[in-house]
Amino acid sequence: MPNSSSQLNTDAAGWLWISPWLIGFLAFLALPLAMSFYYSFTDYPLVESPLWIGLDNYKALLHDELFLKAAAKTALYASLSIPACTILALVIASLLTARVRAEGFFQAAVFLPTLVPMSASAMIWLWLFNQQNGVLNKIVTTLGLPQVNWLGKDGWVMAALVIVSLWGIGQMVIVYLAAMKEVPIHLYEAAALDGMGPVRRFMNVTLPMISPVILFNVVTLTIGAVQVFTIPFVLTKATPGGDPHSMYFYTSAMYDNAFVYAKMGYASAQAWIQFLVVLLLTGLTFLFSRGYVHYRAG
Amino acid sequence: MTTREPPSHIVGRRGSPLARVLVYGTLIAIAAAFLFPLVWMISTSWKDQLEASQAQSTIFPSDISTLPANIKSNYTAVWNDPAVTFPIYLRNTLIIALLSVVGMTLSSAIVAYGFARIPFRGRAVTFAVVLATMMIPFPVIMGPLFVVFKNLGWIGSLKPLWVPAWFAGAFNVFMLRQFFMGIPKELDEAAKIDGCGHWGTFWRIILPLSKPALVVVALFHFIYVWNDFLAPLIFLPHRDQFTLALGLQLYQAKAGNAPWNLLMAASTMVVGPVLILFITARRVFIGGLAADGLKD
Repeated sequence: MPNSSSQLNTDAAGWLWISPWLIGFLAFLALPLAMSFYYSFTDYPLVESPLWIGLDNYKALLHDELFLKAAAKTALYASLSIPACTILALVIASLLTARVRAEGFFQAAVFLPTLVPMSASAMIWLWLFNQQNGVLNKIVTTLGLPQVNWLGKDGWVMAALVIVSLWGIGQMVIVYLAAMKEVPIHLYEAAALDGMGPVRRFMNVTLPMISPVILFNVVTLTIGAVQVFTIPFVLTKATPGGDPHSMYFYTSAMYDNAFVYAKMGYASAQAWIQFLVVLLLTGLTFLFSRGYVHYRAG
Repeated sequence: MTTREPPSHIVGRRGSPLARVLVYGTLIAIAAAFLFPLVWMISTSWKDQLEASQAQSTIFPSDISTLPANIKSNYTAVWNDPAVTFPIYLRNTLIIALLSVVGMTLSSAIVAYGFARIPFRGRAVTFAVVLATMMIPFPVIMGPLFVVFKNLGWIGSLKPLWVPAWFAGAFNVFMLRQFFMGIPKELDEAAKIDGCGHWGTFWRIILPLSKPALVVVALFHFIYVWNDFLAPLIFLPHRDQFTLALGLQLYQAKAGNAPWNLLMAASTMVVGPVLILFITARRVFIGGLAADGLKD
């Protein structure tokens, strides 16, 4: 090869330029991931070195009721929150395409909550959900309904957390709106000529045209929902006397095992299961979406 | 840009007045619902303790003349709390945010340049790995990462929270690479003729032309650092190293039944800078997001 020395120079330059990422990837991602894989087969109480115990951690997980409940709760949360967030975001984005005045204001209003730190968000909702004096119960009782124990009872806790997750859909709304604005207008004109009403235009034109963006956002939401932690953590700490496990999710269990009980091996087994679940869910989402997602040619 | 009408399935060219009223009514209700929690936070923070906790309260205190005095006493009470030192948390947060934002923006730009402009062997595969790393949830690696930082002797300092930012972030690399690829290659060639190497091209051509994208990266990373809860919770064992997001939780937990007006004043202090940043740079946030979201 005549150019081999210049290609070597190019290779060297390229790897040099990406070396910050490469070093960070190896040190702070690949290494911990490998360590976590190794730890998951050990008993590792942090103060002593890891002791090989084979599959014992994984076997123990199958009989850990608290963990299984946390995993089931996380699955329930994801299956409620992801569709709810996606539907509401699509509805709001659609409304914003209707040539409204003050579109910027509406976008800003919906987007703003996504910037609020989660611990502050938890404090605000702690107050809004307060049983005696919270605003939500004031509305509920004004409507003549009995007070709701939002953060106390299992079923209501889940509803409360889904409401909090809906408050954070602003980024999705902006992205969906931008995608909807890219849909060629002649498609809507053709649909209108065919006598389609707004709902059918949405189902037959908008949804297929923005389906790749929806797919991407559903994957992002899934990865987020599987690791939900901060809001339940802060709310649990803030309601002493309540059931300490009514907001106990997958990552809550991992956090406790790793950093409260110093069972790093056990926590690592949980971590690897979480990782595999994320990979599996992402893969399945892509697989199932094949028939529905419409990628534009070109 | 032209003033072409945006496509919409909702209201066609001849949208009826009733449809428009419905659209506006729904949008106003939605905007109110999204803003209300923040309004209520601020509103509670400027009432006295009794009125804040009353069921029949309004946005402003019933005696509006007490408002300045309430603000002063609530916020100074929180700021000067002897057990939970917000001034120190603010300092820590700013140190971490400054070091992280500079490191993240610069390192991501350098890496993005490598991917956008240097045709080295293994580039496509490596870039796919960069994208794939976005799928790894942080909790999966948080335990061993703690062990890594402990072995590096970083636990007990702020380093775990800002040093990794100097090794680029996958999403930012992805976004900046897209942006750099949109800059005409002819500019690089011109710089080369003028005797610039990669570094000169990067520094004199690419970076100055990429200011809008760099600002988006910097702003979003600032917000990310300001808001992060889990990493500080794990990596900062000492209270005098806490960040604001973490300090707020400590304040709530320590004060036990913290009066609502004080808890909301503390929350407003933590949220406030983010709100101000958003109001001053609204277009950057929303524009940056709308642009990114479509590049997949």
